[in-house]
Order: sequence, then C-alpha cells, then structure tokens
Amino acid sequence: MAEFLRIAWVIAAKDIRLELRSRTALLSAIVFSALVLVVFNFARDPTAIAAVDLAPSVLWVTFAFGAVIALNRAFYVERENAALDGILLAPVPRSALYVGKLLANLAFVGVVEAVALPLFVLFFNVGIGHALGGILGVTALATLGFVAVGTIFSAMVVRTRFAELMLPVLLLPFMVPPLVGAVQVTAKLLAGRPLSEMMGWLRLLTLYDIGFVTLCILIFPAVVDE
Amino acid sequence: MTEPAETPLLSARGLVRAFGALQVLRGIDLDVRAGEMLAVAGPNGAGKTTLLRILAGLMRPSRGQVRIRGEQLTRHDPAPRRAIGLLSHHTFLYDDLTPSENLRFTARLYHLPDPEAATRAALEEVGLSARADTPVRHLSRGLLQRAAIARALLHQPDILLLDEPFTGLDAPAADRFRALLSSQLDRGRALVLVSHHLAEAWELATHVAVLAGGHWALEGRRPDDLAAFHGRYAELVHG
Repeated sequence: MAEFLRIAWVIAAKDIRLELRSRTALLSAIVFSALVLVVFNFARDPTAIAAVDLAPSVLWVTFAFGAVIALNRAFYVERENAALDGILLAPVPRSALYVGKLLANLAFVGVVEAVALPLFVLFFNVGIGHALGGILGVTALATLGFVAVGTIFSAMVVRTRFAELMLPVLLLPFMVPPLVGAVQVTAKLLAGRPLSEMMGWLRLLTLYDIGFVTLCILIFPAVVDE
Repeated sequence: MTEPAETPLLSARGLVRAFGALQVLRGIDLDVRAGEMLAVAGPNGAGKTTLLRILAGLMRPSRGQVRIRGEQLTRHDPAPRRAIGLLSHHTFLYDDLTPSENLRFTARLYHLPDPEAATRAALEEVGLSARADTPVRHLSRGLLQRAAIARALLHQPDILLLDEPFTGLDAPAADRFRALLSSQLDRGRALVLVSHHLAEAWELATHVAVLAGGHWALEGRRPDDLAAFHGRYAELVHG
C-alpha cells in the first residue's frame, strides 16, 4: 500500500510541477470561473430573486465549469511525445497512475474553487461565515466525486480526436448527482438549517464518492490498455 | 533465434494482432537470449512497431503471449515490465520539464535507490550533461533522441527494444550509441532493434529477421554479407 501511494504521489507531484511550469490550465480555469461569476452577477435581477436563493446554484455551476476546464488537461499532458506510454512501461500498477492523476486533479480543482469562493462572496454579497466549515466540507465531498469521474473520462477521451469537446459531453451527465446534492446542502447551510435536513444529500454524496472512486480504480487499467 | 540454450530473456509465441479486419501480425515466434541482438527489418506497415509495442507490454496481442525470463507478461503483474526498456518513435518526455527532471521522474517511477545519481549517470552516458537543465522543448531532434536513449537505459533494463534508434543522431552521436549498444550486449542484455537501415547496427546484430505480410519472411543468424542480405530482402519484400 505504501508503494502504491508513493507511486501515486510521484505522478501527482510531476503533474503539479508541470502545471506550475506552464500554468495554462489553472489560469484558464480561474479566469473562466471569475467570468462565470461576473456574468451571473450582472445577469440576475436582484429585485426578482434574492441573492441567497440563487447563490448555491451559481456557486456550483461555477465550480463545475472551472473543474471541466481543469480536468481537460489531466491526460492532455500525457499525450505530448506519448508520455503516457512511458508511464505504462514502468513497473507500476495502472490504478496507482489513476490515483496520482486524481490527486493532482483534486489539487487543481481545489485551487480553482479556493479562488472562486471569495469572488462569489464578493459578487453576491452572501455571508458564508456561519456556514464556512460546512461549505468546505460539502465542497470536498462533491468535488471528490466529480473529479474521480472526470479523471477517468479524461483518460478515455485523450486518444480521441476531439478530446476537449468529448470530456464535457461525457462528464456533465455524471456531474448531475453530486451537483444537485451539493446545491441542496449549500442552500440549507446558507439558510442555517439543521444538519438533519441535509443528511440524505450528504449520504448520497458519500455513496457517490465511494462508489465511483472504487469503480474508477477498478476499471482504469482497462481504459489505458490498448 | 530458436537454439536450445538457457531460458531466453525475451520470448514470444504465436503473436497475432488484428485491428478490426486488418491482421497485422499473423503468428510471430521469437527468442532472444542474453547477449543477443535481433535486428528486424520490414517494409512500411509490416507491423514492426506493433510487434515492439506488444513485446513491451504496451499493446495486448489478439492471440499469443510474451514471456520475460519465462514469466508471462500480463497487465495484472507490473513486475516483469522492470526488465524492459523501450526506445520508441516518441521520446516519452515532457516538453515543459528538463531532461534531468524527466529522468528523475522516471527513476522514481522505477523506484531506483538514488534517482539523482542514476539521472546524472544516464545523461553522462549519452553526452547530454551540458543540456541537462534545458527544457526539453528547446532541444534539437538529435539531443531529444539522446535524452530518449538516456530515459530508456536509466533503469538498466535487461531487455532493450529499439525502434529506429538512430533517427536524428549525427555521426559522432551514432558512433557513441553503437558503442553503448555494444556494451549492453557485453553486459548480457538482450536487444531487439527495428530499423529500415540495418546497416547502422549490422555488426552488432547476432540475428536478423524480415517481417513481411504479418510473419517472418526470413529469420536466422546474421549473415556476414550485408549486401547479399539486402538483395534477399528486396527479393522477399518487393518480389
């Protein structure tokens, strides 16, 4: 297990180093997320819908779009010079490669969310201080789920001609359950509702994470093998 | 290639690979023992690269099996892959990293005890130490090929699979690489080299084979006369 995690970390660290060197995907995702928030901010009519009612949906649409852009790069970097083959040649379990990619993607999407959240508070003037811990928790739960699925789809589409277009088409339907759950929990957190009202959604998010992370680890070797 | 002796380092039996209706390999057998080099020639599209990818474990054959020191190569057991080094058309290098960083990453994947020392030694061996910290995207084709060679040799594999390895190398670099291959053979490594220009490594090869129509059109010990081999090759491939 320690060796498995060591390999996963080696791969994640390489991806983080590559992204810090180029900053392409991270900057694009952050700028895109900021633009989404700006558009929503100016498009809404504050007299028709209260900011606090609209805010959870806007927050999660922003996170989702930002994540898709960040996820597109996951295996794209392995396409240049067939670098993925270089990893597949090594005596490492294929599933460790998946976990490494998942860790790196969680880091990227986490950074995008860390930048988007304060911008969201700024634009929508929604006080989240009382619910910050809960929002961070549900963000971690939902993000793990859709990043796990996004990572495997990113590996599936990387050998296709239109990988950048294929990823959102495949991924967005799978993002619906965690997004719906996250929006519901966020809305209740902002409204100061008790934890018991959110338990059903939290269970759904937890099951989604456990189910899809396990499934993705199991099927990943078949996805990358020719 | 099929002499009774010690267990071959690399062997394959009945390799068949089809892409839809197109059958590229139609039953390839091979054995390569320690200190032997099999040079494979064949026309474009004969399946030479496909064969190397299957031998490296990067592609599954439709039928047949590959064995490393008698142990079957499967996707479930990564351990036998440690014995394989592949120099492909592609460099397997990340453009935004330097050769040093690329090799350190590879060394960590292979869990080498001292990634720094292994990286330095591999770059020194191919004469790339001076450009060790230049991002790969700024290297010339020849220097890229040297970095790719360093990457393939980094973990001291027992089996080296080489796909057109002399591409992009200038004369001194090609000589240096030939000396490197010779030292690998002296150390008891098994080599499979695929090339359109077998003359580049003719003296090193112990065995030659011609892949045409998905099977060996010719195989056996390397003859002394390269010109005669070229004549035979033309006869087999072009009729």
